[in-house]
Amino acid sequence: MKIVVSAAGAGSENEVDPRFGRAANFLVFDSARESWTLLENTQAPEAAHGAGIQAAETICRHGAEALITGRVGPKAFAVLSAGGVKVYRGDGRTAKEAVEAFRAGRLAEIKESDPAY
Amino acid sequence: MTRIAVASGKGGTGKTTVAASLAVVLSRRFRVHLLDCDVEAPNAALLLHPRMQQAEPVARPVPVVADPECDRCGRCSDACRFHAIAVTPHRVLVFPELCHGCGGCVRACPSGALRESQRTVGEIAEGWAGPVLLTQGSLNPGETATVHMIRAVRRRETNAEVVVLDAPPGSSCPAVAAMRGADQVVLVAEPTPFGLNDLLLAVETARLAGARIGVVINRDGAGDNRVERYCAEVRLPVIGRIADNRKVAEAYSRGELPGRGVPEFARAIEAIASRLTAEVPA
Repeated sequence: MKIVVSAAGAGSENEVDPRFGRAANFLVFDSARESWTLLENTQAPEAAHGAGIQAAETICRHGAEALITGRVGPKAFAVLSAGGVKVYRGDGRTAKEAVEAFRAGRLAEIKESDPAY
Repeated sequence: MTRIAVASGKGGTGKTTVAASLAVVLSRRFRVHLLDCDVEAPNAALLLHPRMQQAEPVARPVPVVADPECDRCGRCSDACRFHAIAVTPHRVLVFPELCHGCGGCVRACPSGALRESQRTVGEIAEGWAGPVLLTQGSLNPGETATVHMIRAVRRRETNAEVVVLDAPPGSSCPAVAAMRGADQVVLVAEPTPFGLNDLLLAVETARLAGARIGVVINRDGAGDNRVERYCAEVRLPVIGRIADNRKVAEAYSRGELPGRGVPEFARAIEAIASRLTAEVPA
């Protein structure tokens, strides 16, 4: 299972970036291999509109099943739902802590989007 | 023929009041067509009270996915600069309100799964206010196709002797779309620090349109003289001054053109009209 975390830096010791679409980086944890890889959020942060849509699309196409982040807007949430990606709230922790909490079933699933922002 | 755009960097400077008043004064000597290009808040009709004909819808193309033919290759999404279309492994999502209607996604689709359908984004209404022909565009709330709507309004331009374009405030794409091709741009400014700041932006935008620029100082005497000083410094002609007068605001708030009850306002507009049409054969 692939779990994507929006992160403020490139390593799992970095904090979860509470912004989704304009997050600095996405870190992918592969639970089958217990390994981390970096999925750069290359274009979305510069987009005037639709940053969340593009980031959500990248994550769906990457085959992730779960996303850990802070806030997700309505359009990005629609794309993630269509792609079958479940969203969990994990801001305030490091990426590594967030994944551990997720695996222990301690992260809350976000079932509807935050208001547009 | 001359095409005059009335614009301002700042909202609420009196742009529409000036545009509508100019149209009425000019219609005594010329065939005048006023195009209300402030499609997010068209309000020239509130002052002119035209008899409007049935409004016509304005549509814009947006993509629709025919699912059985789509193999989710993602080329449509890659082609879209506005992220209006997203491809996930099982579904394609279209966000019509982000779509600019360029048709790029349809051209990029190799399987023929995308086609264009028309989405109504607003309407155009037209009518006569005495001798003035008014065309007004109104964009539906929440739509982003402001420029598309302004272009639709401008395509209605007739062969009038004087065309007056009431531009939206600001200095971004909608203001540019309304000013483009104008022979003269009238920038209505308030004599305040805020007014000067926004005038500077509007002057830069109007210069891009390549038109002759004239400044009208509205509510003259209500602030300071920094707009006047700036115009003198950069040799921008001040083609009119409308004195600050509570009666003008009162008439406006009743939906009346101020020139009917405030003679000094009428004289100021007449002076501006003469300067703008000095070279137009009557």
